[in-house]
Amino acid sequence: MRLRIGGDRLLHVYTWILIAWLVLPIAVMILFGFNDPQGRYNQTWQGFTLKWYGEVFALEALTDALVVSLLVAVATALIAGALGTGIGYALGRWQFRGAGALNLLMFAAIASPELVMGSSLLSLFVSLGAPLGPVSITIAHVMFSVSFVAVVVRARVVTLDRSLEEAAADLGASGWTTFWKVIFPIILPAILSGVMLAFALSIDDFVITNFTAGTTQTFPLWIWGSTRVGLPPQVNVMGTMIFAGGVLLAVLSNVRSRPRRKTA
Amino acid sequence: MDRVKRTLTPYLLVLPGGLWLLLFFAVPMATMLSLSLQEGDIVNGFVFTGHWQNYVDSISAYQTQLIRSLVYGAITSVVLIVLAFPVAYWIAFYGGRKKATYLFLILLPFFVSFVLRTISWRMLLTDDGVLLHPLKEAGLLPADFQVLGTATAVIAGLVYSFLPFMVLPIYVALERIDPRVVEAARDLYASPLTSFRKVIFPLALPGVFAGVLMTFVPATSDYVNSELLGSSETTMIGQVIQSQFLSNSDYPSASALSFTLMTVLLIGVFSYARALGTEDVMKVAAR
Repeated sequence: MRLRIGGDRLLHVYTWILIAWLVLPIAVMILFGFNDPQGRYNQTWQGFTLKWYGEVFALEALTDALVVSLLVAVATALIAGALGTGIGYALGRWQFRGAGALNLLMFAAIASPELVMGSSLLSLFVSLGAPLGPVSITIAHVMFSVSFVAVVVRARVVTLDRSLEEAAADLGASGWTTFWKVIFPIILPAILSGVMLAFALSIDDFVITNFTAGTTQTFPLWIWGSTRVGLPPQVNVMGTMIFAGGVLLAVLSNVRSRPRRKTA
Repeated sequence: MDRVKRTLTPYLLVLPGGLWLLLFFAVPMATMLSLSLQEGDIVNGFVFTGHWQNYVDSISAYQTQLIRSLVYGAITSVVLIVLAFPVAYWIAFYGGRKKATYLFLILLPFFVSFVLRTISWRMLLTDDGVLLHPLKEAGLLPADFQVLGTATAVIAGLVYSFLPFMVLPIYVALERIDPRVVEAARDLYASPLTSFRKVIFPLALPGVFAGVLMTFVPATSDYVNSELLGSSETTMIGQVIQSQFLSNSDYPSASALSFTLMTVLLIGVFSYARALGTEDVMKVAAR
């Protein structure tokens, strides 16, 4: 592909500068997990230490917050995964009355500002007198991630070859068998990426959680609440671990899906 | 019987998720609308009185913050187009086999919690921080140079936060361009600049529109960047709504502000989506 406009070298350098800018605060976060601060503020470099990695779970409140985040993210991934798959499969497979309205609802839920979704959910919970905590957080997280799962699954279902189903039917498979033996394995990677997306959206969410958590702390909420008094290096270590885990998972799933793509 | 089952199947599949969205997205919006028209206080409870004055009062009290947020959001989106377009262009046309790797690098910030990233920026931008201190020592910046607390810091933070959301849709639009179309332009003696202006850029516009959509809304309603990187001079409407809801428990006027913000933003979003087709935006958003 030759689309030479000139200056592509310059653009290449520019791309790397921008990537460096994107990575800079991440590097700072990782670096200060190895810092040995003297006072309460982990802001200036004072020397290298590994001790925070040994004491990563030493702060009980922070660890509890991380556990809440992980539990909510798992619950969100499972519920939004199941509900979103249902919507995505139906929208990709059939044309039915109300599909347009559903699309609009999903679009609104994706496009609405988090601030407004969070505050409106709080309005609802306050009006009902419902208690705020892990359950209300999970309800909120499923609400904003279900549409993303649906969109990802639908994109895969739309490209399904209908003749596969016909072949299965010709061989005497019932609709139920065809779904589980033929369709489901094909759309499973899409479902899994939807589930992972929901997990990632949930564990990182701050704004909507801020409104629906009450006094419950999640990892991002704990960090937010502690910025004024100074963040302990454990936060950097946990952030680094989540970052490394996420990157590793993404790279692994990419490597695994590569050979499959070639044979498809 | 079988036919009935088949016509029912999509509805049964859609029901749980659709109901969830209805109950926890649509109903809360209605609740908030109702709350915004109520009077009372947290101790004695709120009563619906159709109190439109809430809107008048809260908008006139916080119009500075509302307008400031819209301005910050708009500046953020424009800066993002300028910053992201060349990168998306380079990856789409010159990325070769490493396209996926470059996109992955652009997405790296998403593996770090939003709040934590912004705090890292605050550490970098703080007066005697890792970035400014050495520059001041070296005499590259005046000793009293300060960026934290300014509008520049807040907008820079917003730009940083939402950059991937602009790169991706523009990249998707550029990636879709058939190279033969560009070759045809060249064959017809269009200069590189002309073929960019008349062929590539118009074809990339849907991506730019989608990028604006995906960045303007969250940037305008953000309160993390302005809280962590700004000062009282840069207060955004999100901070007002957040503190009205969570600190003051002044639900009616907070609801009125929140609803106003949403109306302003959604009118913009839906007129965008109309011009573009909802499906297209959803597709780009799904990437």
